[in-house]
Amino acid sequence: MRRERVPIVVTALAAIGAAFFILPLIGLLVRSPWGDALAALTAPETVEALKLSLIASLSATAVALILGVPLAWVYARVEFPGRDLLRALTTLPMVLPPVVGGIALLLAFGRRGLLGAWLYSIFGITFPFTTTGVVMAETFVAMPFLILSVEAGLRSMDRRYEEAARALGANRWRVFTRVTLPLIAPSLFAGAVLCWARALGEFGATITFAGNFPGVTQTMPLAVYLLLETNQEASFILSLVLLLVSLVVLVALRDRWLGSA
Amino acid sequence: MSLEASVTLSLGPLDLDMALEINEGEVVALLGPNGAGKTTLLRAIAGLIAFRSGRVLLDGAVLEDTSTRRYVPTERRSIGFVFQDYLLFPHLNVLDNVAFGLRSRGASPQAAVDSAQRWLEQVGLQSYARSKPSELSGGQRQRVALARALAPNPRLLLLDEPLAALDVTTRAEVRRDLKRHLLSFAGIRLVVTHDPLEAMALADRLVVMERGHLVQTGTPAEVTERPRSQYVADLVGVNLLRGDAERGSVRLASGLTVAVAAAETGEVFAVVHPRAVAIHRSHPEGSPRNVWPGRASSIELLGNRVRVRIDGDVPLVAEVTPAALRDLHLVEGGDVWLSFKATDVGVYPA
Repeated sequence: MRRERVPIVVTALAAIGAAFFILPLIGLLVRSPWGDALAALTAPETVEALKLSLIASLSATAVALILGVPLAWVYARVEFPGRDLLRALTTLPMVLPPVVGGIALLLAFGRRGLLGAWLYSIFGITFPFTTTGVVMAETFVAMPFLILSVEAGLRSMDRRYEEAARALGANRWRVFTRVTLPLIAPSLFAGAVLCWARALGEFGATITFAGNFPGVTQTMPLAVYLLLETNQEASFILSLVLLLVSLVVLVALRDRWLGSA
Repeated sequence: MSLEASVTLSLGPLDLDMALEINEGEVVALLGPNGAGKTTLLRAIAGLIAFRSGRVLLDGAVLEDTSTRRYVPTERRSIGFVFQDYLLFPHLNVLDNVAFGLRSRGASPQAAVDSAQRWLEQVGLQSYARSKPSELSGGQRQRVALARALAPNPRLLLLDEPLAALDVTTRAEVRRDLKRHLLSFAGIRLVVTHDPLEAMALADRLVVMERGHLVQTGTPAEVTERPRSQYVADLVGVNLLRGDAERGSVRLASGLTVAVAAAETGEVFAVVHPRAVAIHRSHPEGSPRNVWPGRASSIELLGNRVRVRIDGDVPLVAEVTPAALRDLHLVEGGDVWLSFKATDVGVYPA
């Protein structure tokens, strides 16, 4: 087959498009003070922020799995009026500006929020400006990725395997845990990783709902942003760390999700 | 001790209305063309599909009854189901596939594995215990599916086109094995198939269904001798005519009369074996009472016989030897006369 001749205009625009992504990455690599990297990475604030980020993002992923898988199952398997609307509402955070999400969370779970006021007056529980608040903000923003991925997996799986399991005497729980979940494992894994990556990078909802307290709510993205004003070099290094994490996720998921097919 | 099922349901273009009874010790084959509703009936018996009215009884116990709204879920029915494409769990190895039903029904892990091992030995696959289903051949998968269905020792074994997924070369061998396992299984056995050869090889009794309804039931010999539908006649390869019998003749819907040597009266089927139909290039002389002109519409070589399809007032298939065909100088589209003797026509009430 003859190679297709690529029009020069297309080539030029494509090159500019690619450069637009690649230049900032090069900038980050070139301008990072490699000599101070170790010091910046081992600074107590950095370690703290990194630890908090990992704990909060993994917790958010766990919560998303516990709540999101059943939700995805309901979307995929149960017909009920208003299902499409409900699905749209629960995946809204994917397109919502995160700051708006943070404000909405405050209005619901803040000390004077719909549910928050009640929780505070009876149990004395508050969420904003706590690590729990960070997890909530991250879950709010990241869970939709998991829901959509798992729902797609459930819809595309061959349900006759579930029938085969039932014919072998498996009750619903056993069918779900031994057949359904293993069969949708790729979607589940991809959804969980995307969800985790999104939670790790969460900024807007977190700073709005949980604030920016070192050691309590100051996650990596928040620390990077803050360091930009006090210690630029350190912020470059931390940015690189986050970049590296994203890259690993992208490579890990290349075949499963972002498919080059 | 038996299975008793009567099921009415509509599913897309299918209107199913079937009653079926299988006695202890019987192997029954549910035979019919694609879309006849065989699999749907099987799924209804297993409780995998809801039906409008009817009931399913196993050993006298109600599994489902629409009049009393009783429904025993599939997982609590004592059934083994071999699916058409086997549906072996792709994420489990062969041993865990076979052990799955035992574990589901409460066996301890060790007991389930021990029993699964024994079943794998029975089907000759013990060395594949750790293999994934994707590493097996079609015939091996079929045996694993059978072992998996039989391992929990069900009362009722349902097989949906157990050999359809296999290629022709392995089918005969797997069919022989399947026959052996079916014979050694003590429960009630129901095999769905669209292949008459398979049905006759595996089953004691055939239940033929078309378009959701029962057409005929009987032993393979009975069904072969007295087909009651065009579908069955085509399957067993005979010419089936239907008409009104009166004093040694049968008047067909086309107005033509076929001379027969039977005393039946009323609505009848008449069968003529293709071998009994003779082909001539000119009007034959002699004794045959049934002589018609026609046109050879297709000529097909089948082993050492040639099947000639003849269009005319009564379309018939004749079977001749290749040598006879040569002597006739017959080509497709050629005009012929066909004849058969009154004594070669089998007649029985419709």
